[in-house]
Amino acid sequence: MPDLSRVPSVDEVGVNERVARFQSRSIKKASKVEALKMILSMIDLTTLEGQDTPGKVRQLCQKAIHLHDAMPGLPHVAAVCVYPMMVGVAKEALQGHDINIASVATAFPSGMSSREVKLDDTRMAVDAGANEIDMVISRGAFLAGEYAFVFDEIMAVKEACGDAHLKVILETGELGTLDRVRRASVLAMHAGADFIKTSTGKIQPAATLQVTLVMLQAIKDYYYETGRMVGMKPAGGISNAKLAVHYLVMLRETLGNAWMTPEWFRFGASSLANDALMQLMKQSTGVYQSADYFSKD
Amino acid sequence: MAIPENKLAFDGGWEYAPAPESTDHIAVKKRYGLFIDGDFVAPEKGRYFDTINPANEEKLSRVAVASQSDVDKAVKAARKAYAGPWSRMKPKERGKYIYRIARMMQERAREFAVIESLDGGKPIRESRDVDIPLAAAHFFYYAGWADKLEYAFPGRTAKALGVAGQVIPWNFPLLMASWKIAPALACGNTVVLKPAETTPLTALKLAEVIADAGLPDGVVNIITGAGDTGAAIVTHPGVDKVAFTGSTNVGRIIQRALAGTNKKYTLELGGKAANIIFADAAIDQAVEGIVNGIFFNQGHVCCAGSRLFVQESVADEVIEKLKDRMETLIVGDPLDKNTDIGAINSRMQLEKIESYLKIGQSEGGTMHQSSCAMPDKGYWCRPTIFTGVSQSSRVVQEEIFGPVLAIQTFRTYNEALSKANNTPYGLSGGVWTDKGSKIFKMTQGIRAGVVWANTFNKFDPTSPFGGYKESGVGREGGLHGLGAYVKLEA
Repeated sequence: MPDLSRVPSVDEVGVNERVARFQSRSIKKASKVEALKMILSMIDLTTLEGQDTPGKVRQLCQKAIHLHDAMPGLPHVAAVCVYPMMVGVAKEALQGHDINIASVATAFPSGMSSREVKLDDTRMAVDAGANEIDMVISRGAFLAGEYAFVFDEIMAVKEACGDAHLKVILETGELGTLDRVRRASVLAMHAGADFIKTSTGKIQPAATLQVTLVMLQAIKDYYYETGRMVGMKPAGGISNAKLAVHYLVMLRETLGNAWMTPEWFRFGASSLANDALMQLMKQSTGVYQSADYFSKD
Repeated sequence: MAIPENKLAFDGGWEYAPAPESTDHIAVKKRYGLFIDGDFVAPEKGRYFDTINPANEEKLSRVAVASQSDVDKAVKAARKAYAGPWSRMKPKERGKYIYRIARMMQERAREFAVIESLDGGKPIRESRDVDIPLAAAHFFYYAGWADKLEYAFPGRTAKALGVAGQVIPWNFPLLMASWKIAPALACGNTVVLKPAETTPLTALKLAEVIADAGLPDGVVNIITGAGDTGAAIVTHPGVDKVAFTGSTNVGRIIQRALAGTNKKYTLELGGKAANIIFADAAIDQAVEGIVNGIFFNQGHVCCAGSRLFVQESVADEVIEKLKDRMETLIVGDPLDKNTDIGAINSRMQLEKIESYLKIGQSEGGTMHQSSCAMPDKGYWCRPTIFTGVSQSSRVVQEEIFGPVLAIQTFRTYNEALSKANNTPYGLSGGVWTDKGSKIFKMTQGIRAGVVWANTFNKFDPTSPFGGYKESGVGREGGLHGLGAYVKLEA
């Protein structure tokens, strides 16, 4: 386990100032088009509802493959993200396409269950064909200072994942301070996380530029310490392309170009794709089209 | 922190397309006269000089050189306006005029910002977000004091001094003009102001605003020229108060010239601020503070955090992070909204900075510069840091006034404090620590006019600003700034 007492503290005022600087970057023309395409390619297209059905998931997979065929040269999204029950449906629907299947697991979203149940949940998703697992940490244990418990939990889930990539959801909206976000990030990376992720999307606030910056800085320190790259996934609350572009600006100026691919950066989002598509069409035609020209699956 | 061989790469890949601010909406005349007694008039001797854009060395306009007789005229106009409407006007009415100037500056903020960046080389992001809003804020703030001077000095009667002669520098042209003019007017004085010869345009634009605001003729006179003009203002027998911002050397000359006269004066001079990072600081935010402290406005800042002291246990980490951060700084066209660091203000200043880069290396310092691309034309300097320097190095002792940071390490609190204070300057300082008690202890010990904790280069019109030791005499801003423009009677 890492020595959390050595994790640097975070000054919220300074973080806010830095974030404001990213938001004052002016991204226009060619660099905007490039950014919008990059955003599309980084999306984990997500449906995590109690009302999800196989039909709904199949439609989402269609959208993942055919983002907007009216516009040639578009990338496809990075992954679809579903509950373990739906992984099999997604696998079938995405057959022959280079789109990852991500599944939430470990008693998502609260994580309030036993280790056994969480590991079974994980194995079930992996066995059904998920190659990415989005786990939640036990926030209660973390807040109670039981860091070793959380560390062991992540290690155990990582082992249960086998070859599947592990994204560790910190649920920053429940951690309360940026200092804790930073510490939880360090804990998760040392425990074997391939990605660290802000939120389940079920708790407000979900992803913010502030928590994402703190997590990116933790990734950077971890990389310099170990040489291992860890990915980043802000999730929830990023519904428009302009905000997503600010995330890319922040990524570029914090971790540099190596991270600017779907392999290392993802957006957990559902409505972001259509806004990015609409902006892309605006860039090519000069006018905004009705939202009804973009499929809502 | 171990540093792997594969450093993060911040070049190539996704780049930001140019996003230049438009210049269509600005009006710069081909030639400017002197603003005296409410009108732009030709200089007596008919001499003009070019003001250029330091980012491309192209001429922007021609500006008049005020000779002794022009200065006489300006002081006379100011004296007449003082005796006439201004000192006899109800304070509330004076306040209205100052408010009007503030509002008109806000209305023309974009025009001011673009001209400031064209003439001085500073990035539009700074002129737009810092210089112009703060300049307007100073007028608003002092407008509010105009009819409340009895509350500023309870139990005393505050009387205006008369004519204020004001000479300002090129690093924050409009902001410095506001610092000088706003409190002078609020207290009932009239003004003769000279902007710096490399950056006269926003002051002349301010003259237009002042004329449009309907301020009585002669209350504010803005005349241009070089050092001779400044000297003529400062030594003019009709001037009752001198306010100067600039180098310590010129400040000494002024102090000598004023010795034995009855003139009041304030001098805001150089600095070599210590920015002190303790091991328990929020390191990533402290790195931002270092960048903001030394690279803000190309380091052309008298209160710049130009001496960095880092506690030894985190020094390597801080320096590596700083180097990474420097790679992400965009140096180039001041009018591009994405530019972080603009052009060096003048060829003369660039040569001075470059001479210090040589000195620093010949003294044995290790120089590191960001690898950024730089434009071909114009005056540019890469963000630069020196490590391996000491208190005996000239780059540590002398004010460079450029994007050049001298880094030293320290072990104990006492060492940091004694090194921080081991300078003839004392304008500002910064402390970075997560521990509140250390902030209080340290900030009490640093002998400087402004000390920031866990931030740097924060300004507000309500807060006084000024130096200890060779960094100056008197305070500007806040309540203290009023005191420099009044005589108090029982």
